[in-house]
Amino acid sequence: MEFCGGHTHALCRFGLLDRLPVGIRLLHGPGCPVCVLPRARIDMAVRLLRDPNITLCTYGDLLRVPGSSGASLLTSKAAGGAVNLIYSPAEVLALAQAEPGRQFVFFAIGFETTTPATALLIREAQRRELHNLTVFCNHVLTLPAMHAILDSTGDPAAARLDGLIGPGHVSLITGLAGYDRLVQTCGVGVVVTGFEPLDLLQAILLLVRQVNAGRPRVENQYRRAVTTKGNAIARQLIEETFVLRPEFAWRGLGTLPESAWRIRDSLASFDAEQRFAMAPFTTPEPRGCACPDVLRGRSRPEDCPLYASVCTPERPIGACMVSPEGACAAHYLYRRHLGENHA
Amino acid sequence: MNSQDGSSERQSLDGGNKGIALDSVNDRPARHSGTERITLAHGSGGRATAELIAAVFRPRFTNPCLDRLEDGACLPRGAATDTVIATDSHVVSPLFFPGGDIGTLAVNGTVNDVAMAGGRCRYMSAAFIIEEGFAISALCRIVDSMADAARKAGVLIVAGDTKVVERGKGDGLFICTTGVGEVLTPNLPGCQFLQAGDRIILSGDIGRHGATITALRQGPALVTDLASDCAPLASLVEAMLATGAAIRCLRDPTRGGVAAVLNEWCDQAGVGIRLDETAVPVAANVAALCDLLGLDPWYLACEGRLLCACDATAVPDLLAAMRGHTEGRDACVIGEVIAAPAGLVQVTTAYGGRRLLDWRWSDPLPRIC
Repeated sequence: MEFCGGHTHALCRFGLLDRLPVGIRLLHGPGCPVCVLPRARIDMAVRLLRDPNITLCTYGDLLRVPGSSGASLLTSKAAGGAVNLIYSPAEVLALAQAEPGRQFVFFAIGFETTTPATALLIREAQRRELHNLTVFCNHVLTLPAMHAILDSTGDPAAARLDGLIGPGHVSLITGLAGYDRLVQTCGVGVVVTGFEPLDLLQAILLLVRQVNAGRPRVENQYRRAVTTKGNAIARQLIEETFVLRPEFAWRGLGTLPESAWRIRDSLASFDAEQRFAMAPFTTPEPRGCACPDVLRGRSRPEDCPLYASVCTPERPIGACMVSPEGACAAHYLYRRHLGENHA
Repeated sequence: MNSQDGSSERQSLDGGNKGIALDSVNDRPARHSGTERITLAHGSGGRATAELIAAVFRPRFTNPCLDRLEDGACLPRGAATDTVIATDSHVVSPLFFPGGDIGTLAVNGTVNDVAMAGGRCRYMSAAFIIEEGFAISALCRIVDSMADAARKAGVLIVAGDTKVVERGKGDGLFICTTGVGEVLTPNLPGCQFLQAGDRIILSGDIGRHGATITALRQGPALVTDLASDCAPLASLVEAMLATGAAIRCLRDPTRGGVAAVLNEWCDQAGVGIRLDETAVPVAANVAALCDLLGLDPWYLACEGRLLCACDATAVPDLLAAMRGHTEGRDACVIGEVIAAPAGLVQVTTAYGGRRLLDWRWSDPLPRIC
């Protein structure tokens, strides 16, 4: 399984799945930040936009994700809500400084890759004493999700994985230490890799060699970027700014303990959930949607009855159809022509 | 240019507008200090409008049809072939970019649309919707660009209109142009006549315009050497038509890029298309920007490229004609039309695998990580 949605996208985009030898099958993992974000969090953001004094800033991927009522940030924007597409959290600083009378909320999302940048934003807002900038924090952790997939002991439908292609950019921050326990407890090898086609092909080769030798372990194919220790400064910044939530509801994977960050109480004035008393929503998964099974590697996108019929990238129902990095969207966009017999 | 626009002359809305100096001695465009700005008076249809036309537009676009200053322009009868007309609205932001500005885009975009119908654009109208406060010096630069682009394309700008909207109700400047020309013989069959075995020719590398605008929108933090490919394609098309080769259809891949055009062709003709990714030129700086922002060059706009579908036997003649032309020197065959699966554009990747090149629902959005 490739955990990261960026890898799923690259495998489909470069047509690599067609070129793998018979006997090697790749399952797509849940490492797409947009895909695993519960619809309830979108609902909370959409409700925040009813306040005409609030501008919501976020990354492009998130704009099209529909909440439970079908309203997305993009449709809320069309209806008059103030939504700004940004590329870097630093842009929010400039916006907030330029308009001190207006509240700017950064809708923060992503795994360890984007978490340090959000931490920096909060630190910088504190230093500049910006009282009109807050963060709606939705940052999640990679390892709890990996364990949730691999620790499905006693579940007959669980995917039996022979190896895991580890995320490249996440590992840049986390380093490799966390994967050791995964290998020990689950007996599955992990190869951290980059996003170029040759990176992915080499990672697959390394995993095949591990399987053939019967010696699962952690390997780093992405040495030009990832070090064993990762980025200690970034991790320290995360620790100083955030604290683990006791649990967090993931879309598709259910509620996982200690799997997401919230802003520390000492920085509560920068926490949008507290500043605006954002009440939590409970939003069930859409009926008939196989995303939970797809995210765990139990089902292929085309096994879902909704896939490509009522669930398309234009009108996504399930989480995996929302972002181009979601497994269903990647299949729909790049592999629909191959019919049903190509997983 | 029509200065009255159906209303009688009114007093300037700002009351104190001094108008703009027209260099009446030699009737050349006047220079502007850079501090003069468009006011609502310039769109009032009154004297301020007339002065704006006299100072900015008329001297730059001057020609016998325009200079009559009637409500409409009478066009001399041309060759006895069908007439082709195309219209386009231009709303690009930022207005100025490496490789051109909204003015070059407004002329070349419409010249190219006429050319893709197998026509030669002769006359053009231009409507300007200007936001109050817009610098007249910037307007002059843009109108100069239009005059220059029109001259290069052999087009006369013969009719126009100017409206001014309140500050905050426009994005600086919008320009709508309509081009009229004659169809060069023979008429092109059209994309519904694509058939299996036809080849797809691309005139050059893709994505430069879209990449340039996308990079500029990132702000000063992102410095690139990208430049728009904005260019007129009329003479390239004439060279292609002159070969007499069996062209099915032509299209310039502007918004939506190459992907949008080829998907539309598949839908219209009920055929499929298979492309060879390695045959499609992408400049290194365009590819780098796409990598950085998570974009795909197939979907980025070109403003100086064309796609041509033709009979397989027409390829050698067309490539020779195109490669002898500045705008077509990198022309290449990028794929072919197949019978099935219909309605889908497939790409054989550099790694030998296959992927779909699908429509995009909306503008491409950058990925999170």
